[in-house]
Amino acid sequence: MMVDNNTELVIIGGSAGSLQVIIHLIKNLDGELGFSIILVVHRKAQSVSILQSLLQQFSKIEVLEIEDKTEIEANKIYIAPADYHLLFDDKKNVSLDRSEKLHFSRPSIDVSFSSASDIFGDRLVAVLLSGANSDGVEGLQHVKKNGGKVWIQDPDTAQVDYMPRQAMEQVRFNQLITPETLPDDINKLKKL
Amino acid sequence: MLEPNVVQDHEIEHLIKDVHELYGYDFSLYSRASFKRRVNRICLIDKFTSFAELRYTIINDPEYLKHFIEEITVNVTEMFRDPHFFKSLREDILPQLGTYPLIRIWVAGCSTGEEAYSIAILLKEAGLYHKCLIYATDINPSVLEIASSGIFPINQMKTYSENYILSGGKKDFSDYYTANYDSAKFDKSLKEKMILSTHNLVSDSSFNSFQLIICRNVLIYFDKKLQERVFHLFDDSLENLGYLALGSKETLRFSHLQNHYQQLDVQKIWKKVDHNQ
Repeated sequence: MMVDNNTELVIIGGSAGSLQVIIHLIKNLDGELGFSIILVVHRKAQSVSILQSLLQQFSKIEVLEIEDKTEIEANKIYIAPADYHLLFDDKKNVSLDRSEKLHFSRPSIDVSFSSASDIFGDRLVAVLLSGANSDGVEGLQHVKKNGGKVWIQDPDTAQVDYMPRQAMEQVRFNQLITPETLPDDINKLKKL
Repeated sequence: MLEPNVVQDHEIEHLIKDVHELYGYDFSLYSRASFKRRVNRICLIDKFTSFAELRYTIINDPEYLKHFIEEITVNVTEMFRDPHFFKSLREDILPQLGTYPLIRIWVAGCSTGEEAYSIAILLKEAGLYHKCLIYATDINPSVLEIASSGIFPINQMKTYSENYILSGGKKDFSDYYTANYDSAKFDKSLKEKMILSTHNLVSDSSFNSFQLIICRNVLIYFDKKLQERVFHLFDDSLENLGYLALGSKETLRFSHLQNHYQQLDVQKIWKKVDHNQ
């Protein structure tokens, strides 16, 4: 029998149409997952970020927006801050980067996925949700190359299907997920 | 397109060592993930297909090094970026600074100067410009040349104008520049009180004392150890009751110095409370 590698990070990228999926996910996540979840979502930079408090209302798990030198801990949900790229120095330490936008986006899902896959390798699960541009596709290719798992939202279930459809056509994915089953799929990654 | 992964981690170490030994620039305490991404980006822009090519060029071509320093540091900036921060400067900080006979401000890591010009505009509108000095420094001499020219791309002006209004600006933003085909040249008077100079936060020391130090989105590229060093440099350069302003996701929280500073409201501005006596 194959020994399944324990997941150390689930990273989720989403753009237009992904918020409802994320809220449904957060409502239905188990408390002690044994790994952390990082959300990289395209949104407008505002003086006060409301996404964190919005998501916290629905979550048993602590939801934090990443700041400079935030240390990543298991059993917490982190949000990449608007208007910064999010990169990984090692499994605990992240760096923020305000360099050029990619796919007109900062944070860019490609940047975070590919950096996470450099550090977490086969301990990474990357999930790409609904969205209107092709950010995330190259990132998923890196995840695949480094042995991580690639999950894509079934485009037929996506409010905006362009992003997951691009990914589906260009990346060898492990699994298509739906908004309904995603919480359970993630809960099942829990260490046994 | 995402930059290719041309350079490996151990090669990054060699590169940092070479650049330090040959040219004196020390990048060893820069955040590694971000630095590596910049190096890979340089390989993409300059069409190096291997690390060996890049290393050879850096070692043998001092002129290329200048370009390397330009590209390795992030020089993406805006005028009145994060308008609420500038609103806070305008409404909360400048009235305090107005009580001093001479106001000295340091914009550390000023890049192409957009923030320094924004500060100059704020000071003008507050009626304090005649008694201020704005020191704007950066590691990279070529961005300072742009800052000195005061010429910025015209296609940015719409954003800057919106930012300016959100920051509480009441005038017509276009009064501050003369438009050309593709560029906007800012009023010369905004530069009168500006002192532009190279300064390396990693290796250079304090050069004056200030009532306000602005260093936004520079420390994110440094690791904790280097950040702590830079915080001490700022502390040495800041008068009691002076202000330190950081980027919207940066914090003094992890520093040993945090007890000597009081954070003001939601913006990332700290006030130094008397502790040197």
